[in-house]
Amino acid sequence: MSRIRDTFLELERSGECAFIAYIMAGDPDPSLTPPIVQAIAQYADIIELGIPFSDPIADGKTIQAASERALKAGMTPDKIFELIAAIRKETDIPIVVMSYYNPILHFGIERFMKRLSEGGGDGIIIPDLPIEEADDVVRYAKENGIDTIFLIAPTTPEERIEQICAYSSGFVYLVSLLGVTGARETISGVVRTLIKSVVEKRPDIPPAVGFGVSKPKHVREIVKSGAKGVIVGSAIVELIAEHKDKPEVMISALEEFCAALKAATRDR
Amino acid sequence: MYIGEYPKAGKFGEYGGQFVPEVLMHALKELEDAYLRFGKDEQFKEELDFYLRTFAGRPTPLYFCARLSDLLGTKLYLKREDLVHGGAHKLNNTIGQALLAKRMGKRRIIAETGAGQHGLATAIVGALFGLKAEIYMGEEDIERQRLNVFRMKLMGAEVHSVGSGSRTLKDAINEAIRDWVTNVENTHYLLGSVVGPHPYPMIVRDFQRVIGIETRSQIREAEGGLPDALVACVGGGSNSIGLFYDFLDDEDVALYGVEAGGEGISSSRHSATLYAGSKGVLHGAYSYLLQDEDGQILPTHSIAPGLDYSGVGPEHAFLKDMGRVTYDIVTDKEALQAFELLCKYEGILPALESAHALAYVARLVEVEEIGSDDVVVVCLSGRGDKDVEIIERALHEQNT
Repeated sequence: MSRIRDTFLELERSGECAFIAYIMAGDPDPSLTPPIVQAIAQYADIIELGIPFSDPIADGKTIQAASERALKAGMTPDKIFELIAAIRKETDIPIVVMSYYNPILHFGIERFMKRLSEGGGDGIIIPDLPIEEADDVVRYAKENGIDTIFLIAPTTPEERIEQICAYSSGFVYLVSLLGVTGARETISGVVRTLIKSVVEKRPDIPPAVGFGVSKPKHVREIVKSGAKGVIVGSAIVELIAEHKDKPEVMISALEEFCAALKAATRDR
Repeated sequence: MYIGEYPKAGKFGEYGGQFVPEVLMHALKELEDAYLRFGKDEQFKEELDFYLRTFAGRPTPLYFCARLSDLLGTKLYLKREDLVHGGAHKLNNTIGQALLAKRMGKRRIIAETGAGQHGLATAIVGALFGLKAEIYMGEEDIERQRLNVFRMKLMGAEVHSVGSGSRTLKDAINEAIRDWVTNVENTHYLLGSVVGPHPYPMIVRDFQRVIGIETRSQIREAEGGLPDALVACVGGGSNSIGLFYDFLDDEDVALYGVEAGGEGISSSRHSATLYAGSKGVLHGAYSYLLQDEDGQILPTHSIAPGLDYSGVGPEHAFLKDMGRVTYDIVTDKEALQAFELLCKYEGILPALESAHALAYVARLVEVEEIGSDDVVVVCLSGRGDKDVEIIERALHEQNT
């Protein structure tokens, strides 16, 4: 059974929206990733763990910088699987890995999914892999019990939304805007239309909204639009960057911020 | 304008495809549809031919190098793309894509540039057709190709300095893609080489085919037959595919693509993607690339900024595996020697990129791949005015 699916079902029963928190694995240092995850996991429902890549074309400046820090700190796919296994010993929270395609391809798709599953990972998001190129990823992920989360954008045509849902398991990732990741002041209005379209077509797949979400206010807006999950990345990564030399301050800042974001997912 | 072979599902063999964020999938479809529609449209073709003839200065001459041929011991011709307006073959493609952008109703064009030649060619069509042009260029390239930066600005283009990653062409492409993701509704990404997701490798190839088509009829007229060998430099691979494409079926014509060997393969300071790289996905396409053991893209080096790139066009990857084109390398030093040779013997100042192709001819003669009766055509893809500062510095270093 899928941990991600269970989480959404449970939240549905308690009338909450899932708070999905993104961090870059190994940022600012691999040794800090488990304590950061533990701090965040007190409030988040799902952890999204980024694998650093040299050329992150879907990411804005914040996550680009995190990627560079993590690579400099010696982060590799092998180490990510070790980190996930270490985190898994402490918590049952679903872990979704977000990676660009080339590191996965280079590692070997089948081998990657196997290692991810053995470490206790639950899902995979590949921002530069459209469904047309995803058959191998979906097959090996399925074989290893890994959910495949695909993205739907404001430019995605109606008929394609249905196809993307068919490739997706766990949840679908709705991109809230035209652009790259990064904290924004406001949330665009297209989100509501996207959510409605997904819910009508596939009531069994929860839509989660990400890109630009950085404030409890945004979270409340998205919850009201009918989303089942909300993804916050850059705003959390910014806090990590700001306090990268003072881990204790970082942890308490993360706890405070994530508590506020989670509270907002309960405001129906 | 001629539409070449259509890559099925966007693939050349196993290479190519569309590895991009979902936001862009619709725009790629829109571009493909527009290209397939207008590429066959008589009015579009006429307009393109008109601008190529009256504005770009086509056809470009095929020039026989009498003195250099004597020195090298072969019959050397240069396809003079350096004489295209703007100083390189890049304008062939930017005129075509700008006409497409106009028909698609996009009023803003963005582009990446390494050497600045594609940036300049984009700035030119921005001014020519009244489109807003914005160019992404790595900090390192801005510094070493200042003349081209100034030219772009004179033509009204905005130049964005890219300070991330290795601060060269690869990172300029990343930034251009990020811009496109954000402004996809009103913006056309005017990609400058046969790289990136489908349909770009096909579109850019078709707009550059004019190089090979002209060469074919010009060499027939000059020599009464086809050449024995064609040589072109390969960064992303647009001038080379443009020259090679219409000779692919002529098995007696040997084709050589020359990559930047930089300071030598063992130094790891090079850009020899096909020669020394491995398969992977970069900038939307599956092709050869330079990567480390974790699939991270490696920084590259070449004295020629236009070759300084860790990826290469997917159709080249296909031609390499097929064995139809031989891909080899030329070092910074060899390219500089060829540069000086062409200046002194023929009074032509080539771009450092094109000097790589020229240098390879000397190698082919040396290893007796070609002899004194053989006819070789080199694509002189650009002129070297932009490179004089780099060359001055390099020659100074060599002499001290």
